Amino acid sequence: MISFEAVSKRYGNGSYAVENFTLDVAEGELCVLVGPSGGGKTTILRMVNRMVEPTSGQVLVDGRDVAKVDRVELRRRTGYVIQQAGLFPHLKVADNVASVPHLLGWDRDRVRSRVSEMLELVGLDPGEFADRYPNELSGGQAQRVGVARALAGDPPVLLMDEPFGAVDPIARGRLQQEFLGLQERLHKTVMFVTHDVDEAVVMGNRIAVLSQGGRLQQYDTPAEVLGHPATSFVADFIGADRGLRRLAVTPIEVGDVYVPPAVRPKASIAEAAAAVAAAGDHWAAVVSDNGRLLGWVQPAEVEDRLLDGDGATVDRYMRPSGSRVALGSSLKAAFAEMLQQDAAWLPVFDGDRYLGVLTPDTLHAALRRSIGGEPVPV
Amino acid sequence: MNFLSQVWQFLTTGSHWTGPDGFLAQIKSQLELSAVAVVAAVVAGVGLGALLGHTGRGSFLVLNSANAARAIPSFALVTLIAIQPFIVRLQQGGFVAAAITMFALAVPPILTNAYVGVRDVDPAVRSAAVAMGMTSGQLLRQVELPLALPIVMAGVRTAAVEVVATATLAAYVGVADLGFNIFAGLDTRNNAETFSGALMVAVLALLVDLLLASLARAVTPAGTRVSTRDVRQRGTGLMWRHAGARG
Repeated sequence: MISFEAVSKRYGNGSYAVENFTLDVAEGELCVLVGPSGGGKTTILRMVNRMVEPTSGQVLVDGRDVAKVDRVELRRRTGYVIQQAGLFPHLKVADNVASVPHLLGWDRDRVRSRVSEMLELVGLDPGEFADRYPNELSGGQAQRVGVARALAGDPPVLLMDEPFGAVDPIARGRLQQEFLGLQERLHKTVMFVTHDVDEAVVMGNRIAVLSQGGRLQQYDTPAEVLGHPATSFVADFIGADRGLRRLAVTPIEVGDVYVPPAVRPKASIAEAAAAVAAAGDHWAAVVSDNGRLLGWVQPAEVEDRLLDGDGATVDRYMRPSGSRVALGSSLKAAFAEMLQQDAAWLPVFDGDRYLGVLTPDTLHAALRRSIGGEPVPV
Repeated sequence: MNFLSQVWQFLTTGSHWTGPDGFLAQIKSQLELSAVAVVAAVVAGVGLGALLGHTGRGSFLVLNSANAARAIPSFALVTLIAIQPFIVRLQQGGFVAAAITMFALAVPPILTNAYVGVRDVDPAVRSAAVAMGMTSGQLLRQVELPLALPIVMAGVRTAAVEVVATATLAAYVGVADLGFNIFAGLDTRNNAETFSGALMVAVLALLVDLLLASLARAVTPAGTRVSTRDVRQRGTGLMWRHAGARG
């Protein structure tokens, strides 16, 4: 969808902002450009809508050389989101969002319904926000309006230049997740600039790591960049804690799940003890007849305070099941939940179906799996 | 009879207000002259200033010439234009000579503030406008000028007050405005008459200032309304702050 072919941008003094840059972004993909400042990320981004003209090389969007497309037309078909949103302070939220539809000459009714649709899309109630001015919005709300404005003309390509850089970390995390949710529905081709490795890892289908002078060091999936840095520059840039970062991009798979011994709620403690002993474990999961997880029981702990002797059933002594994690969510989420609950076992669900548990051991194995079982290169 | 009661008597004499040389006719004449000069200066000053701020080119030369021109005393200028034999004759041209002089007085603050107002638009906002596909003209009309409006209006206010006050000089070249009583009183050593004329000028200038202040508030978009202090802090040394009447 977007192709850079040997693109360079050279300054008057002979130094390069971007040097011989080649990259393809597939349709519907979110490509993150990440690197230190001075890495030419913004320059590269701005070549797509001709805010910057390359000194040599070509930029193609949808197979067409942008240099041969009228600038104004090109920009109206390309969404652009910047840090601090750049909203027009003299226009209400609705008029800000309506900017591109107006430029495209849409009729009044179509613009109005599009504005409401866009505000709802980014999670702002049109009734509450349409008539506000930008100085009446929080940083996160302003950023949402910025995204709504960029999407209003329904552009196939979206350029985002550190869009969440100016909001506090909590709002940033929420905006990131919300935007990923949007992207899942809209399938825009997105180029996203950031200097934050964590943001790159969370947002990108693929990450392009750039060094000074716009040199492309690696272009790959987040897991691959973290697991196998292509150059020492990439390894340095993503940092010594890349192992931790990999937790965020490695999903829980069925193979990571340990299936502990299971007993029915009406089983006796003695039966549970036998099942646990047979599995060489200490705990058993209490599972109903239709496969629902009810709780946990540790027969050794309850045996000496049994009330009804050998007739005691498991359901009277089990601990209820609390936290859970969904199959496919990140190892980071699982790890955080485990620490939060101080639990050694974390049940994994596929929708409503109980699959088994994650343990510290299986978590470690999953992490090793994510890098192909090889030790992390240093 | 003391001086103040002489002034009071002069101001309360009905015949001093009506008739072709009365205060009412003088005020009308003063406002006509000022309006012509200020409107022409707004057209020229905002147009040129906004263009300079928009393109960022040639601003040094134009702004410095405009400000240097302020060093020419208005009194000298109006006399020079009135007596020169080429364009207009004194008999029919007093109004024109005075209008040209007032125009020259009004342009610098308006020009400078239009330039500063447009130039100081947040680069992120400008960049967003260009990136969404606005043409240069759309950027100027839909974004830069509306955002510059509070600062432009401050310049217009300054210019208007200066012009209303200074237009008094036009009486010297034959325009029967509020300067008439000042010069007549000086000629006849009637200090009460001179003082009455000067008082009228001061009051008129203040009223014009108040009127333009409320106009400025009314045309400022709600989202950009800021206190005077904010405007001062945002402005640069180049900007003409509204400092009240001069001249």
